[in-house]
Amino acid sequence: MIGVTHYVALSFLLFAIGVTGVLIRRNLLTVLMSIELILNAANLNLIAFSRQLGDLNGQLFAVFVITLAAGEAAIGLAIIISMYRLKGSVNLDDASELKG
Amino acid sequence: MTAPFFFWFFAAIVVFGAVGVVAMRQPVHSALFLLLSFFGVAALFITLNAEFLAAVQVLVYAGGIMVLFLFTIMLVNIRRTAGQPYVHRQAGAALLVAFFLLAVVGGTIVASSRTSGLADAPADPAKLSTTTISRMMTETVDGKTVKTPVTEQVAGNSQAVAWGLYRDYLLPFEVASVFLLVAMIGAVVLGKRTMEHVD
Repeated sequence: MIGVTHYVALSFLLFAIGVTGVLIRRNLLTVLMSIELILNAANLNLIAFSRQLGDLNGQLFAVFVITLAAGEAAIGLAIIISMYRLKGSVNLDDASELKG
Repeated sequence: MTAPFFFWFFAAIVVFGAVGVVAMRQPVHSALFLLLSFFGVAALFITLNAEFLAAVQVLVYAGGIMVLFLFTIMLVNIRRTAGQPYVHRQAGAALLVAFFLLAVVGGTIVASSRTSGLADAPADPAKLSTTTISRMMTETVDGKTVKTPVTEQVAGNSQAVAWGLYRDYLLPFEVASVFLLVAMIGAVVLGKRTMEHVD
C-alpha cells in the first residue's frame, strides 16, 4: 500500500536531484531549471501531507509556492538575459567579479 | 492512498525527467525533460486528490514557465558553449555533498517512517473536496426582509480551494498578486535593451 512515506521519499529524491543540478551545472539556465525541480519537490511534500491529514491548507500553500515559482522564473530568466548581454555567455564561472 | 501502479509509474517518470534535466548537455534537452517531470508531478497531484493543483501545475509550469525557458534558450546563443565541459570544476565535491544530503535525510525518512505514525491510513479524501461556508440568507417574509445565517456544504476540490483562497487566505492572496506585479515590472526593466546605456 502506498502511504505518505512513499510520497515524502519521492519528494526528497526530487529535491536531492535538484540540489545536485544547482551544485554541479555550469549553465545558469539548467541551474534555474533545477531550482524549479526543488520547488516542485516542496509542493509534492505539501500536498502529500495535505492528503494524509485531510487538511486543505497544504494545497493552499502549494498555490502560493507555484506563484513564487512563476515570479522567480521570470526574474531569473531576465537576469540570465542581462548577464548574456554583459558577458556574452550564460556560464556561472564567467561571473567572477566578486571572486577577488 | 491510491493504486500502487500509478504511484510507481508516475514516480518513475518524475525521477527520469529530473535526472534528464541535470544530465543533459544542451539546455533545450534539459527543458524538455523538465516538461516531462512537470507532467509526472501533475499526475501525482491527481493521485493525491488535488485536482485543481494538477490543472494549475500543467497551466503554470508546463504552459507558462516552460515557454519562458524556451524563449530564453532561444535568445541566448547556446552553440558557443557546446564544446566546453558542462559541469563545474568542483563537480566531484558537489556530488559528494549531494550524496551526504541524500544519505542523511533519506536515512531520517526511513528511520522515522518506522517509528512514527506516518504509515497510518490517510484521512477521508472527502475532506479535501468539501468545505463548509456560512452566509446570510435574505428572504422576504410578509413584506419584511429577514436575514438568517445558514451554513452549507460546498462540494468539489476547486470550490474548496477557492473558498480557502478568497476567504481564509485573502490577505496572502492579495500580497501574492502584488508580488507577481513586482516580478513582472522587474523582469521588464531587467530585460529592456536600453538599460545598457544607463550605467
